[in-house]
Amino acid sequence: MNFLLLTLIKVALVAAVFLTALAYLQWIERKVLAHIQLRPGPYRVGPHGLLQPLADVIKLVTKEGFIPSHVNKFFYVLAPFVAVALALTTISVLPFGPEIQVFGIHTWMQLTDLKIGVLFVLAVSAVSVYGVALAGWASNNKYSLLGGLRSSAQMVSYELPYAVAIAAPLLLLNTLSFREIVNAQAGFYFGFIPRWSVFQLPFPQIFSFVLFLIAGFAETNRIPFDLPEAENELVAGYHTEYSSMKFAAFFMAEYANMITVALVATLLFLGGWHPPLPGAISNYIPTAVLVLVAAICFYHGAQPYRKWDRFTFPIAGVISLLLAGLFLVPLVQPILMPLFWFVAKAGLLLFIFIWVRGTLPRFRYDQLMHFAWTFLFPVAILNLLVTGLLVALFPK
Amino acid sequence: MPASNGVPLNWYLILSAILFCLGIAGFLYRRNVITVFMSIELMLNAVNLSFVTFSYQFKQVDGHIFTFFVMVVAAAEAAVGLAIILTVFKNRQTLQVDDVNSLKN
Amino acid sequence: MDAFLFLVLAAIAVVSALNLVVQTHPISSALSLVGVMGSLAVLYLLLGAEFIAAAQMIVYAGAIMVLFIFVIMLLNAGGERLTRRSAYVKIFGVPLMALFLGLVSFVIQAALPRGEMVVFGAFTHGGPADIGRSLFTQYLLPFEVVSVLILIAILGAIVLARKEID
Repeated sequence: MNFLLLTLIKVALVAAVFLTALAYLQWIERKVLAHIQLRPGPYRVGPHGLLQPLADVIKLVTKEGFIPSHVNKFFYVLAPFVAVALALTTISVLPFGPEIQVFGIHTWMQLTDLKIGVLFVLAVSAVSVYGVALAGWASNNKYSLLGGLRSSAQMVSYELPYAVAIAAPLLLLNTLSFREIVNAQAGFYFGFIPRWSVFQLPFPQIFSFVLFLIAGFAETNRIPFDLPEAENELVAGYHTEYSSMKFAAFFMAEYANMITVALVATLLFLGGWHPPLPGAISNYIPTAVLVLVAAICFYHGAQPYRKWDRFTFPIAGVISLLLAGLFLVPLVQPILMPLFWFVAKAGLLLFIFIWVRGTLPRFRYDQLMHFAWTFLFPVAILNLLVTGLLVALFPK
Repeated sequence: MPASNGVPLNWYLILSAILFCLGIAGFLYRRNVITVFMSIELMLNAVNLSFVTFSYQFKQVDGHIFTFFVMVVAAAEAAVGLAIILTVFKNRQTLQVDDVNSLKN
Repeated sequence: MDAFLFLVLAAIAVVSALNLVVQTHPISSALSLVGVMGSLAVLYLLLGAEFIAAAQMIVYAGAIMVLFIFVIMLLNAGGERLTRRSAYVKIFGVPLMALFLGLVSFVIQAALPRGEMVVFGAFTHGGPADIGRSLFTQYLLPFEVVSVLILIAILGAIVLARKEID
């Protein structure tokens, strides 16, 4: 019963944090894109548009759930559920931190650890194409159908380099369980180079990492590979006919997939929650960063550009200082430090996702397929062969 | 033998038999080439379940290996079979198995 | 708990398989087959076949069935029409099928009278490491032969699906 209660608490916690992160990732994306394009971005709802996700959710929930008359009703309604359910499933096998102790209870910051964790992630990402393909077909609309067809061809094609890029670091780490994958990346070479997969000898997995990210962009249907929803060719692709919560489900699925790819990349290549610096120095970095943020906030609060800056910036500064102090409390430090590094690495990858969206144009469809089959896949195979050869020649 | 905690091995085999029979039924009853093809896949899946069950009974992985090979062969079969279906559709604009009988007439 | 899980999954599998047979539109049949495959994957997990369960989802549900759905969407073929023979199958097929099933069940019951129980977690050697060891030592030759088969299938598919057929 204790196990059941603990698991339920963990599930509730993870679900709450994950869904909030989804909503705010969308806000961050809009803000970053806006700043890339020299716009302020969402600004009206709350300070700096901070309550915008809440407003969006209220708008989408209260909107009329309209079902067009020409669609195949059952599959039309099923498709968004499939998409969002599969997108939210992967998080259940991903660890966020090491074993911790809360009120005397030892537990891992992970819902469940599968022996075949990596295969589970691959399986879910292989099946998640159904949501998009079904939506395209059930909408009974030529643009939706084209979007669905494109997406199934694209996801099946990019599944191969994705899986092969994952296989290469697994040769070094020698396990499929995420917990052990992260444990195998602990420690430092020469006392300062972290033993993450991207740096690990005998063959640093930097190429795998890049290949994985490229294939991950395609798997999540993000720019520059967002052909299934190319709006200047296909109206909005597979979700042209969707509105209200059903549209929101696709939206959530896209962001959940993005977060999943970033988390998997962090776990497989960037050492999970292990700090990049050896010793106790790394424990003071979050405090230092937050104090710097607080200083900037106080500076801007002292020289306000706008009417409300006099109040909002000092409040943000005080919150940053409180958080900085929290990272120094010995009781919670062993819990917060791994989480900080994990979130920092995953956040960096998510920023790259958004950055690429703000920078690169969209591929043409034949270029996309050519790229997958004539460049990405051969390179991934070559990388796997070289890794295998070096692992065989220099066993640990 | 923990009677309350577990499922008789037979149940798995009978489930496999039921699925196999449904596969045969679909194979004979359906007239669409693609559905006929999917019925074959259903039969293969039913046989896979038997393989894995026997593997459990003998506590060996050989049944798993056979299942693995069946999957690989099914993948190859699907690739070639669907290519054939595409070609047939291109030439005759139909997927009905009864309409592909020009050798008979 | 084991019996409950088995019964639920078996029910899903049988209902989906039945749906495959009775649905007229290929897309509905294809998705029913995906349902069968998903429930079989969980049954494989109950039997301790972890790797096979994952492979079932990745290869069968994630690749083969996506290919099927892709072709169905591409051809955009509607429902099928049934011929006279199908009516005969409907009348005589069901009793014959039930008879065959009863026979098979009887043989299974007779051949396995000991009534061995399947307990979740009793067989733990179905992981990737065990499969890989067996595959690359004892079954190396079949493995290589199958890889050649895949190559032939790729070539065959490309030749067949080419735009101009000479």
